[in-house]
Amino acid sequence: MLKTFSLGGVHPAENKISAGKKIEVLPTPAQVSVPISQHIGAPSTPVVKKGDSVKVGQLIAKSSGFVSANIHSPVSGTVFKIDNVLDASGYKRPAIIIKVDGDDEWDESIDRSPELKKDIDLSPEEIIKKVGEAGIVGLGGATFPSHVKLSVPPGKKCDVLILNGVECEPYLTSDHQLMMEKGEEIMVGAKILMKALKVDKCIIGIENNKPDAIEHMNKLAQEYEGITVQPLKVQYPQGGEKQLIDACIGRQVPSGKLPIEVGAVVQNVGTTFAVYEAVQKNKPLFERVVTVTGKSVKSPGNFLARVGTPINDLIEAAGGLPEDTGKIIGGGPMMGKALVSTDVPVTKGSSGVLIMPDEMAHRKQAQPCIRCSKCVSVCPMGLSPYLLMTLSEKGIWDRTEEEQVMDCIECGSCSFTCPSNRPLLDYIRLGKGTVGQIIRSRNK
Amino acid sequence: MNVVLITIITLSALGALAAVILYFVAQKFKVYEDPRIDQVEEVLPAANCGGCGYPGCRAFAEAMVSSDDISNLYCPVGGAEVMSKAAEIVGKAVAEAAPQVAVVRCNGTCENRPRTNKYEGAESCTIAATLYGGETGCSYGCLGLGECVDACNFDAMYMDPVTGLPVVIEENCVACGACVEACPKDIIELRNIGPKSRRIYVSCVNKDRGGPARKACSVACIGCGKCEQVCAFDAITIKDNLAYIDYEKCKLCRKCVEVCPTDAIHEINFPVRKPKPAAPKKPAESTEKNAPEVKGNDKPEEK
Repeated sequence: MLKTFSLGGVHPAENKISAGKKIEVLPTPAQVSVPISQHIGAPSTPVVKKGDSVKVGQLIAKSSGFVSANIHSPVSGTVFKIDNVLDASGYKRPAIIIKVDGDDEWDESIDRSPELKKDIDLSPEEIIKKVGEAGIVGLGGATFPSHVKLSVPPGKKCDVLILNGVECEPYLTSDHQLMMEKGEEIMVGAKILMKALKVDKCIIGIENNKPDAIEHMNKLAQEYEGITVQPLKVQYPQGGEKQLIDACIGRQVPSGKLPIEVGAVVQNVGTTFAVYEAVQKNKPLFERVVTVTGKSVKSPGNFLARVGTPINDLIEAAGGLPEDTGKIIGGGPMMGKALVSTDVPVTKGSSGVLIMPDEMAHRKQAQPCIRCSKCVSVCPMGLSPYLLMTLSEKGIWDRTEEEQVMDCIECGSCSFTCPSNRPLLDYIRLGKGTVGQIIRSRNK
Repeated sequence: MNVVLITIITLSALGALAAVILYFVAQKFKVYEDPRIDQVEEVLPAANCGGCGYPGCRAFAEAMVSSDDISNLYCPVGGAEVMSKAAEIVGKAVAEAAPQVAVVRCNGTCENRPRTNKYEGAESCTIAATLYGGETGCSYGCLGLGECVDACNFDAMYMDPVTGLPVVIEENCVACGACVEACPKDIIELRNIGPKSRRIYVSCVNKDRGGPARKACSVACIGCGKCEQVCAFDAITIKDNLAYIDYEKCKLCRKCVEVCPTDAIHEINFPVRKPKPAAPKKPAESTEKNAPEVKGNDKPEEK
């Protein structure tokens, strides 16, 4: 019996249409708009101004706090302006717009040779510093700055590193393809992270619907001491940090605490690859693999896109926007967010672009709750979504807090499973936002 | 006979004892409540709307009686009349406050503001606002899901099905501010009712630069500054590409309404302008000529 997490979960249709498609390098666009807020935490501070010429990999916005991240130029060209641009948040927010000059001149310090570099020269502190400088954030979608995760707080001890190769979101295949093509680099990346965290054990969790990746990674892992591959039963949201820890090592992270509380640190395989590139090749994070997929998309695939590229370029590369398009989602179908425009730029957190045909794109009419408690049984955090929704709807914030709304990971399993099509997660998010504000103002 | 006598005496003694104890207890735990609180509460409208900032009319009455300075206390529902009565009871001077009314500062009707996408999530403005800017190109304007209407306790608002915007029924509005609180986009503002209920305000909250603002909505404020120039009373300020009219300073001359190239400035309850129908046209023409100039003015700000 394969391992999985112990509480709740759903199994949506996998629809991994773009699986096995080789990673294609997307041509550099004519212009990129790089949002200065691509991560959780404080937006970065731009260090370039209008008219400056920049090279690929040059720092253009620096981290403005502990929980923040550097941003590097994804292209070579001139800074056209710093302006508000519509991004995946649905609002216009500041971004650095760069006109591309076509030379694609990289910063000299970046090692562009394809050879694998196995020896790790840096000390743990230097690795963490390097990861911070390279602006690496969690590429699974949460975009939490990685150097913060790697800095184990005093008094806490980490004994295991877990790599997230689960990719539990339906449709998405970017991590899968990355493991197939850059497996060796991920292994070295894992070694780097293990050195930074001073642990000798690393588990790579991969869901059973990717047997080729499991086999490939398993073969590679033989040569790397301490790294094992853990095949997992297909269950959404296994890629959630707390769920993955539960599935791999059977430890439960207490409510309101971070994974380090149980001695684990989780990193996405994409992030691990970025760490390898940053530490061994001195290459900051300015491009990532993005899946472009959908049932009516002509040629769905996995593309290596520079940050700031308009989503439109990705869609064109995948054969253009199908006529029956009803919705374009940034990310996967479960946790992704509908985009209002195809000009929205790719950011560090863009794992995929999902194009939904019109017939699948609409919500069904919400009906009254029939108390079937399906949402309770699928909630991976053990909450009562039906109750949280009602409490948020009525604005009873103290009860909402008591019902532990802050534990919600916003996986959307409740809304997915609800036979009455109730907008459970919409209201729970509202409750989480409001209660979060109340808690913050109380702690001030 | 004897039994009857003993019973009467014992019971009387017990009664007297209890009376004495009760008397002392009552003295000891006596709560003095200012009778004026009740009197003030009597004059208040008993709407318990919270518009004054206190949880209900009783709490407001207590504040009236206990605070030395009541100049910052005001019951928007009762207005000046109720306040003067209440102030008379407590014998303190009340601040003069002009009666106010809620004003919806968005004119993004379906015609003025074309839809660019469709929202199908939960019917709540707050939820929609956390997800994105809205169904149109303007991310500042009304989302049209009616959270302000739900918040109103006085039947003073409704959603206009044609425009998709909330409408304030002036007669019913008591300026309690519940809708102002409810609106996640800060579109609704309390403004002075003004003489003869006449008001002039900028019906837009879009802070984008002129071009994008106008593209998203034909009646958006583009921050061109014409109203600021024409205003003789310093009532208009432009901040973040958006004009704001200070209702305390505005003398209702209506010059700004005429010069506004996008008709973003609204005049309410003024008589129809009859004598010179050509007059408002002229500035409209000149604004069209000036339109490129406006853009030109706009560009250096971009940086």
